[in-house]
Amino acid sequence: MLNTFVVYVEDKPGVLARVASLFRRRAFNIDSLTVGRTEKTGVSRMTIVVDTDETGARRLEAHLYKLINVLLVENVTAEAAVYRELAMIRVTASASQRSHIMDLVEVFRAKVVDVSPESMMIEITGTEDKIEGLLQVLQGYGVLEMVRTGRVAMRRGGKAANGASAGADAADAAPASGTVSYSV
Amino acid sequence: MSKERKTGAEIIWKCLEREGVKHVFGYPGGAILPAYDALQHSSIHHVLVRHEQGATHMADGYARASGGVGVAIATSGPGATNMVTGIATAMMDSSPIVCITGQVGSKLIGSDAFQETDITGITLPITKHNYLVTRADEVVRTIREAFYIAKSGRPGPVLIDVTKDAQQSSCEFDWEAAAPQLPGYRPDLSPKPDEYEQAMELIHQAKRPVILAGHGILVSGAGGELLQFAERAQIPVALTLLGLGAFPASHQLNLGMMGMHGEAWVNTMIQEADLLIALGMRFDDRVTGNLKTYARNAKKIHVEIDPAEINKNVRVDVALVGDLRAVLQELLEELEPCQHREWLDYLRKLKGDSAVRDIQNLPDSGHLYAAHVINDLWRTTEGKALVVTDVGQHQMWEAQYYHHETPRSLITSGGLGTMGFALPAAIGAKVARPEAEVWVVVGDGGFQMTMAELATMVQEKVKINIAIINNGYLGMVRQWQEFFYDRNYESTPLLNPDFVKLAEAFGIRSTAVKQRAEVVPAIEAARQHEGPVLIDFQVEQEDSVYPMVAAGADLHQMIRRPGVLVETAADE
Ligand SMILES: Cc1ncc(C[n+]2csc(CCOP(=O)(O)OP(=O)(O)O)c2C)c(N)n1
Ligand SMILES: [Mg+2]
Repeated sequence: MLNTFVVYVEDKPGVLARVASLFRRRAFNIDSLTVGRTEKTGVSRMTIVVDTDETGARRLEAHLYKLINVLLVENVTAEAAVYRELAMIRVTASASQRSHIMDLVEVFRAKVVDVSPESMMIEITGTEDKIEGLLQVLQGYGVLEMVRTGRVAMRRGGKAANGASAGADAADAAPASGTVSYSV
Repeated sequence: MSKERKTGAEIIWKCLEREGVKHVFGYPGGAILPAYDALQHSSIHHVLVRHEQGATHMADGYARASGGVGVAIATSGPGATNMVTGIATAMMDSSPIVCITGQVGSKLIGSDAFQETDITGITLPITKHNYLVTRADEVVRTIREAFYIAKSGRPGPVLIDVTKDAQQSSCEFDWEAAAPQLPGYRPDLSPKPDEYEQAMELIHQAKRPVILAGHGILVSGAGGELLQFAERAQIPVALTLLGLGAFPASHQLNLGMMGMHGEAWVNTMIQEADLLIALGMRFDDRVTGNLKTYARNAKKIHVEIDPAEINKNVRVDVALVGDLRAVLQELLEELEPCQHREWLDYLRKLKGDSAVRDIQNLPDSGHLYAAHVINDLWRTTEGKALVVTDVGQHQMWEAQYYHHETPRSLITSGGLGTMGFALPAAIGAKVARPEAEVWVVVGDGGFQMTMAELATMVQEKVKINIAIINNGYLGMVRQWQEFFYDRNYESTPLLNPDFVKLAEAFGIRSTAVKQRAEVVPAIEAARQHEGPVLIDFQVEQEDSVYPMVAAGADLHQMIRRPGVLVETAADE
């Protein structure tokens, strides 16, 4: 079962390696991991998606806490949370196919961000399901290249984790600038 | 204190002094030379080892003997990598050591410079935490944090890698201004009130309870609380290998060591218990055997400082996460006196059955068994020695036949099972506790892994007695080959040096013992001698440790000492 963890860490050199090393060492498989800055200087936020059961998730949380640079761990799997991922997809598109593709892009509320004589680049933000859906319909045109950020998550409602004010439920917010991604 | 300008190297020693360090164990080299040069201004005594692995084991032995933090120092590259085994050993056994390594200049990092090794990367999974220090003004805070992390919570090793330029450059030395800043570190957890209540209820209801006491008792200093708890609740106490000494062996509620080479009555009681109270132990595979059949009918209470240990191997009914001593004190507030007469009668009966098979009770066949040597050592030292064991059969025999009465009277590598640990760890232990009578019990195999430290021992005038249990084999491996690999003794027979001559070459008094009658006199003579003594006990070559639970087998499926010997006893 996929578990989603939001992990606040000190923004120090080597912290990402410590987290990644823990997953490898304890034989947990990372589905995706994203890291970026937060509203607080010196604090980075990771969203980590892991395939494990309930006991595994609890152990993982305890192990993450044992890393000295980890400030807070939240397993948001069972909570109301907004999940988003960003993908960029380059798809084969001749002049005649362009308008069809534009229609699809419209349906999925995606965006065309680059066009060349042979191809188009599409940007989509949403849940993994939504991205998968778009991918499926684009498959027929020929997907030339794809990049995905991995999941980021934020809990719904007023509860904010590290004392930060809970922002508006910005449903379609793209990842904040300065976000780096790291897939394992 | 006024602020003074000092080099990073000088600051290292100042900080260690402030942390109360009196001895460090180390080996110099290029990248750590500035620190060695600054040692002349320090009150700290440096023990020059013969291999950096030895330095880490000495720091570990020092920590385990004293309850403080041990310090090891090495240069970059090979000096640092030689420490890896000792660091992993300390990690597995939650031993607080701080390792300081030199590193190439900060501008050279990443360039594959001479003797550059990514030691913080290498030791990431085997340290509690580690640091790379590239500036002199980071030294104070880093050392303060390192000591705090090493000894608090569940203790463990911390490594500090200091670049050469950080040692050479100067800055203001200000101890007060550099207090630890560890916002994410919470070593002081404690249970919730309702968890205490649940635990209390299980304890008061139990008919067949067993306490499983581990290393946590020693680390937390909870021996007194354990004794009170067991006596008031009338619950027998089984110990892990690292827990030996946590409960007096001579106590009528003492069961002894549990697990793979635990006595039959211990494992039987555990398997038939209706409640296990695990105190500062981690249900290692060597103590549980097959998890599916482990103490099936028992409820389980787990008192443990490390939340990551809860439900790791064994699912428990109540977990009390916190410092063991504090938790036991809390439990003692509510604990009613209990009686478990039937259960304890059953224990006496089981013990009686096992005694028949015990090698101590067999007639003298003229053979010298390791168990005899250990038993004689225990009797001669009146159980008061600080014994440091290596890894193998002798380690298990020591655990079975040396009856430890007090905490920190046995030091051994449990979790990692590091051969070569004993001699250096014993040197560290003796440096920490000069008044203690220290005995090394070591196999002929493991001794040869770190015997170079004999030179350290002599140079430092450390009085230790060494008992080599010489069976001409990598005995524990031979035993597995005997039981599970058709007696194919591949690569386990040893052609050994003459240990007596070897010891003499180091200037160490030495004798060989081949007969049972010579054992006690040799031990006595060693105790009387002022300097270190090495005794080569040439024991039965193909003896095995019994009982044994095969790896992964059910805990009650014990291989017992073969019938032949039991019959010999009956024939008499
Ligand atoms: C460094 C290391 N290498 C290998 C092993 C595997 N091993 C465990 S016990 C043992 C044999 C030990 O032989 P010896 O030191 O003679 O002790 P004995 O078992 O004979 O008492 C070996 C090789 C180990 N534990 N540690
Ligand atoms: Mg041997």
